[in-house]
Order: sequence, then structure tokens, then C-alpha cells
Amino acid sequence: MATLEIHDLHVSVEAENGPREILRGVDLTVKQGETHAIMGPNGSGKSTLAYSLAGHPKYTVTGGTVTLDGEDVLAMSVDERARAGVFLAMQYPVEVPGVSVSNFLRTSATAIRGEAPKLRTWVKEVKEAMERLHMDPSFAERNVNEGFSGGEKKRHEILQLELLKPKIAILDETDSGLDVDALRIVSEGVNRVRESGEVGTLLITHYTRILRYIKPDHVHVFAAGRIAESGGPELADKLEAEGYEAYVKGGASA
Amino acid sequence: MAETIPAAGATTEGAIQVGQPRDARVSAPASYDVADFPVPNGREEEWRFTPLERLRGLHDGTAVATGGGVKVEVSAPAGVIVETVGRDDARVGKAGKPVDRVAAQAYSAFEKAGVVSIPKDAVLSEPVRISVHGQGGVAFGHQVVEVGAFAEAVVVIDHTGDATVAANVEYLIGDGAKLTVVSIQDWDDTAVHAAQHTALIGRDATFKSVVVTFGGDVVRLHPRVLYGAPGGEAELYGLYFTDEGQHQEHRLFIDHDTPHCRSNVAYKGALQGRDAHAVWIGDVLIRAEAEGTDTYELNRNLVLTDGARVDSVPNLEIETGEIVGAGHASATGRFEDEQLFYLMARGIPADEARRLVVRGFFAELIQQIGVADLQERLLEKIDAELEASVV
Ligand SMILES: Nc1ncnc2c1ncn2[C@@H]1O[C@H](COP(=O)(O)OP(=O)(O)O)[C@@H](O)[C@H]1O
Ligand SMILES: [Mg+2]
Repeated sequence: MATLEIHDLHVSVEAENGPREILRGVDLTVKQGETHAIMGPNGSGKSTLAYSLAGHPKYTVTGGTVTLDGEDVLAMSVDERARAGVFLAMQYPVEVPGVSVSNFLRTSATAIRGEAPKLRTWVKEVKEAMERLHMDPSFAERNVNEGFSGGEKKRHEILQLELLKPKIAILDETDSGLDVDALRIVSEGVNRVRESGEVGTLLITHYTRILRYIKPDHVHVFAAGRIAESGGPELADKLEAEGYEAYVKGGASA
Repeated sequence: MAETIPAAGATTEGAIQVGQPRDARVSAPASYDVADFPVPNGREEEWRFTPLERLRGLHDGTAVATGGGVKVEVSAPAGVIVETVGRDDARVGKAGKPVDRVAAQAYSAFEKAGVVSIPKDAVLSEPVRISVHGQGGVAFGHQVVEVGAFAEAVVVIDHTGDATVAANVEYLIGDGAKLTVVSIQDWDDTAVHAAQHTALIGRDATFKSVVVTFGGDVVRLHPRVLYGAPGGEAELYGLYFTDEGQHQEHRLFIDHDTPHCRSNVAYKGALQGRDAHAVWIGDVLIRAEAEGTDTYELNRNLVLTDGARVDSVPNLEIETGEIVGAGHASATGRFEDEQLFYLMARGIPADEARRLVVRGFFAELIQQIGVADLQERLLEKIDAELEASVV
């Protein structure tokens, strides 16, 4: 069973006046089949955690370990991590001019699966996945994320999640900027992947709204670069009622 | 009134000028005779970016034709007339005079000119192909492509092999005709190629030019557009991939001297490796009599590694306020790390991700060309070039 283990993770970014520590000792274990919600105020370091796990070059790991089934994730390049089964649905997906969605998806699936998917079954697979996410077929011919609305970008991320079937899915504010319909469609996509029981999900969010659709097994409050409190789904209800204030006061300032 | 609007980009300079001297970039008047041009020393406006010492004497009279320097083969669909003519043929030199010393050298030194004529009203179903294959020597060339009124044609000129070549290419486009020319510079990395391409666009005629430069030690092309009558339209597309040590220079001039003509320019280049040097000059002149002109020019460069250099100089001179539109854009950017990260985060290895991004950069331009099977072929060319180069 796939397990992602994060132990005492410290991460810095290069700021104007030298390196600045953002993550200050994150401990978290995510097992296949589990869903962990990570909730926290803006600026608490949630995206930094997500990007660091995916290997974004802007973030420097200064301490701690991350392993996937015992393998050292931090030693892997960005693409190796993805092929090992780590998937990051980005808060702000990047435009890639001149590269069509269909070419991108196929290149990516080829890399992740280790061989080019058979054309006939692939076309069908993509078409069906797009239909489930209520995406127009013409979408495949557009350039990656170029001119996409906020909702289209997030659907496109979840489309990739469904096609690439990772072991660990990190969803960074996939809910933000979505209207109720889009939120439901995107959540259904995430749930289809979860129902396979083969993915461990790290659901990063600022709001409790998405938790109505995606039920977490564990909820963690993220504040000032670390997990301030962990609990079950009831912790989300408490946050819904009381907000993050209690955690922010406890020394969030950098 | 004088206004100067600088363009964006670190190694980019540019301006919109009003009322500047029109020959600012030409140090001698146009002429068919090489003797009318002084030997350039590199300080002249039109030579300041060019490594003269690598032109193998094309600029100073020391280059001498070797005979058989290049092998030219023309294949054309039925109905097209393919000829070799003497320099006294009325069509030779008709589009315009050489404007610099090397073009005049080519004009003064060529022996026979090639002429391809597409008769009036003919609509070609197949492209005319002109293959120019370098065989290691020195050659001076002259080619005329004449398109009769309301004819439609695609001409593909392929340059391969190794040679030292100076040439003039003329496009005479009849009223209402449509000519698409693709000029591919796929030379060996030792070739030197300097050419002036002059298009004379007839009434309501359309000229589409696609210049693709991959190879050569030095390639210096000078596409020029003149309008013979109102209603003409020019679309000039270009892409170049400048590798280590290569000098690739594209100097465009569009002379809006006639009312109600349009021009649209889009050139894109990618550079990699030490001393890769790309130069793009986009001179557009809208003369006082050219009311109703609509023009736009764009040049974008993608610098993939350190040590490469781009000089991008758009220049728009406007002598009349009675225009539909005029604009330019020039930008030189480094490789986008965020795009690379996004692709790699989907399992795509770094080198393949880089190729995808560069391919996309060019594909954006190729998508605009609007000739479907041409687009396919150009993308294949790009793929092959990207496959062969390290990136
Ligand atoms: N490249 C960077 N340079 C400087 N500060 C950064 C950089 N990236 C993130 N930060 C800072 O790190 C903190 C955490 O950011 P982030 O991880 O995006 O938080 P969240 O996703 O929880 O809103 C913020 O204070 C942010 O300003
Ligand atoms: Mg964030």
C-alpha cells in the first residue's frame, strides 16, 4: 500500500533579503485510500508544501524527509516524482502556448505509463473522461490553459488526475474560484478517483465548502508553516464555526 | 512633431518615428551596379550587426563565382513555364533595385537568371519546388517568380548543402493574384547566404511569405515589399532557430507607398548555445500618399541558454495620419521555467518538456499561416530540428 511520509520538513524561499523559512517542521503521513484535508489561512504555507512535494525549483528544502513507499522523494527530479506517482493539481495552472491539450495529455500519459497508450482506446478514454467533467470536445484542440476560465483550468487539472491515476494526489485549492456547479463537477471527479481506493489525497483548501462534497478522513489545520492541530471531520466543523483566528494569533507572523 | 515609443525587451530597441529621414538604414541609394556601393566597414547602419569577416568576401569583391557552386532544380506542375534567361530579359530587375552592396554584387555577377512564370488565371494544385543545393563553391544567383493576374500559386524554395551564395529573388505578383512563398534555409552549418527578396504586389493581390532559417554559418536575408497598386496585402512570417555560433539576420522592409494596402509581419526565433546571434530588423514606412494603410509587425525571441544574443529592432515611420492601423511589438524572453515545471510535474522528462515548449512557441506562429498541409510540413521540420539539437 502506497504511503507518503513527510517528516519534519523545512522549506525556504529566496526572498529579497535572503532566504526565508516558510515550512517549519511539517509532519504528515498519507496512505493510499485516505483523504486528508489541509486547511489554513492565506499565507500559511499550504502551496509551499504542495510545490515542495512536487519539486518546484523555487523552494529549497533545508531539513526533513519525504518518502513514498520508503523511496526518497526529495532526491527525485520533478518528472521522476510524477512518474513515481505524485500528482499536483495546481492552484494556478500554467499556460503553455502552442501546445494542444490533446498532445499534452498524450505526452504526459505516455511518460507516466511508460508506453504510449493505444490510440483507439486512448481517444475513447479521453473523450469519456471529458464528458464526465462536462468538457466540450473542442477543448482538446485548445492550447494548454490558454484563455481558459478559472473553472476550465480546474476541470483540466482533474481531467489529468483521472487519466494519470497517481498514488498520491495533492489538490491545491482546487475549489477556489469555482461556482457551485463547477465545484460539484470537479468534486465528483475527485471522488471517482478516490473511490478506486488507490489514491491518497491531500486536499488543500481555505474554505470548508468543498468538504460537503469530498469527505475527508482527517483534517489538519495549517498555520505558520506547520500543522497546528489534527483531527477528524469534526475539526472542519469547528473551523467553519470559529475560523482560523485561534491559530493565527498563536504566532503566524514571520 | 516627433514621438519615440521604445519597445519592450532587454536586448531590444525600437521606435515609432514620425518625420525621420526615410533612408536612415541605407548608406547608399539603391542601384544595380556594385560599384555604386562602397565596401562596408561594419559601422554602417545596415551592416552594424553583421560579421563581415565571415561573409567570405561577398561584400568586398573578393568572392568569385566558382561555377557549379550551387545546383538549382525546379519542379513545377503542368502549365508553369520554367526558363533560364539572360540579364537583358525585361522581367529581371523589375521588382526593384538591390539596396546593399552584397545584393548589388549578386546582381552584377550573376550569369543566367531563373524565371518561373505562372500564367494568368492558373490555380496550381501543387507547389512549385525550387531546390538550391550548395556544392561547396561560390555562386551568385538570380531568380524571378512571376504570377499572372488572378493566378494562385505556392512556391517552396529549399536551400541545403554548403555554399557561399549571394542572390536576388524577385516576386512579380499580378493583379488579384495570390502567391505563397516558403523559403527554407536548411543549409549545413558552414554555408554563407545573403539574399534580397523583393516582392512587387499588384492591385488587390496577396503575397504570403514564410521564411524558415535553421542552418548556415551566416544567413542574412532582406525581404522587401513594394506595392505597385492599391489593395495589396502582404503577410510575412518567419521562424528561425539559431544555434551555437550561427548568425541569422532577417531585415525586413515594407514600403507603404500606395493607399489601402495591408501588411502583417510575425517573426519568431529561438536561440541556444554560445554566440548564437539573431538579428531582426523590421522597417515599415508609411508614406504620405499611403492613406488607409493597415500594418502590424511582431518579433518574438526565446533565449534557451546563456551566451546567445538577440538584436530586435522594429521601426515604424509614419508620414500620414490617415491610416487604419499601425503597430509593432518586440519581445525577447528567457525560457519559461514555470512552463517547464508544469510539464515535468506531469511526468514529462526535462528535454522533452523543453522541446514541447519550443515547438509550441513556433506552432503558435505556424497556426496563423493558414495553409493546412504547409503547416504540417513546417511542424515536421521543426520537430526534426528540435530532435537533432540538444536544447
Ligand atoms: N517566492 C517567494 N518569495 C517570497 N515569499 C514567498 C514566495 N512564495 C511564497 N512566499 C511566502 O510564503 C508564505 C506562504 O505562501 P503560500 O505557500 O503560497 O501560502 P498559502 O498557499 O497557504 O496561501 C507567504 O507569506 C508568501 O508570501
Ligand atoms: Mg496557496
